[in-house]
Amino acid sequence: MTASKQVLGPDDVRRAVTRMAHEIIERNRGLTGVALIGLQRGGVWLAEALGAEIARIEHAIPVGSVDASLHRDDIGIRPVSPGAVSEIPFAIDGTTVVLVDDVLFTGRTVRAALDAIGEYGRPRAVQLAVMVDRGHRELPIRPDFVGKNLPTSTEEEVRVEHDGVTIVGAGAA
Amino acid sequence: MKHLRSIAELGADGMARLLDLTDHMAEVNRRPNPKVPALRGKTVCMIFFEDSTRTRLSFDTAAKRLSADTMTFSVGTSSVNKGESLRDTIETVAAMGVDAFVIRHGSSGTPWQVSNWTNSSIINAGDGWHEHPTQALLDCYTIRTALGRTGGFDGLRIAIVGDIKHSRVARSNIDAFRLMGAEVTLVAPRTLLPPVVSAPTAADLDDVIDDIDVLYLLRMQRERMTEALVPTMREYTARFGLTPQRARRLGKHALVMHPGPMNRGVEMAVDPSELPGAVITQQVTNGIAVRMAVLFDILGSGTDLEVQP
Repeated sequence: MTASKQVLGPDDVRRAVTRMAHEIIERNRGLTGVALIGLQRGGVWLAEALGAEIARIEHAIPVGSVDASLHRDDIGIRPVSPGAVSEIPFAIDGTTVVLVDDVLFTGRTVRAALDAIGEYGRPRAVQLAVMVDRGHRELPIRPDFVGKNLPTSTEEEVRVEHDGVTIVGAGAA
Repeated sequence: MKHLRSIAELGADGMARLLDLTDHMAEVNRRPNPKVPALRGKTVCMIFFEDSTRTRLSFDTAAKRLSADTMTFSVGTSSVNKGESLRDTIETVAAMGVDAFVIRHGSSGTPWQVSNWTNSSIINAGDGWHEHPTQALLDCYTIRTALGRTGGFDGLRIAIVGDIKHSRVARSNIDAFRLMGAEVTLVAPRTLLPPVVSAPTAADLDDVIDDIDVLYLLRMQRERMTEALVPTMREYTARFGLTPQRARRLGKHALVMHPGPMNRGVEMAVDPSELPGAVITQQVTNGIAVRMAVLFDILGSGTDLEVQP
């Protein structure tokens, strides 16, 4: 049987979302020109949760999603299958885009997403929000807003959902 | 997927996969910069032994929007005119490093023959009277988006009208529409029906026009006149053409489709721009996205990695 260990419960995830929403507002000194874009597939629910929380604290901001699979650098090396279709129903020229993903690992997905975003326009700035930073970066990319820093081994898998964060596989330390 | 040679070979699951992927490609095409780096470093060679405008340009555009390199081989200016055989031609071009061949040829079965001679992927862009699978895929995608039929075509009534016998479009579309779950009726003069038909037939367009969801008109090929398979073009139009009278009998939601090139005044005896259900330009637009999906599935998705180390 594969070992698994829950490291954040539903309340922990909810509190992390609330804190990150506050941090996003604080860092940008308000919400002028700020938009959230979730990465397909895992980042979309988190972008929506952050959007709902930000709307509760201040006011609603645009929330979109992007599928970066056609911009990946491992096409032809690993099976690639796009998730849901990208949906960015607002102009991103001059906005501050907060990219949102569930887990930050090698950084390659974020790099692909930066390229994808660039095809829609030129944001004034791009920031990165992730629920879990699990280390093992292969590119010079760092998050601006983090739910939890979680040291892992490369053999493990990190699952992030509304109702908790779980480490699966290896020793599940 | 290694090759796309026929709809039967692709199957219902393959069709569903490609149509879902087409949604992504259509989204790329709506971007301010409709280009992605997905197939950088791949080379696609277009070999057309028969005339084509839309299919060749559509494949060429699709490959370029995925950042693949393209080569176009026109038989008219090639060494085929010096007597080089098809096999030698393919092997020569393949030696230049080609990942996929897009082939149109007058003989049925050419794509299967060619895939014995090269390790490159083969995409059938029309072989004789046999198959034209990307046309069928773009037609299915057009129906799916125009009628909101993402889940399949169960209960959808489609009439294919015209020269079924000599049409590779008809053959691929009959297979594809039925795999999607539609009820297909073939409408043609008896001389233009194949000896064995795989779907119910109707004697003329008036029999079906009132209760169909999709009217699919085929091009009436003028050379069939000289073979005396149709008495006159006027008589063909009278029984099988879409005339203003028949257009008024179409259901409000019904789509009118044509693979092009169109014979105005023959099978299309109305101005299609005045038909609310005409989706002929959408078919052309969707053709690019569908062919991007096919090229990506073959060259980029990595689904064949296990068998091709």
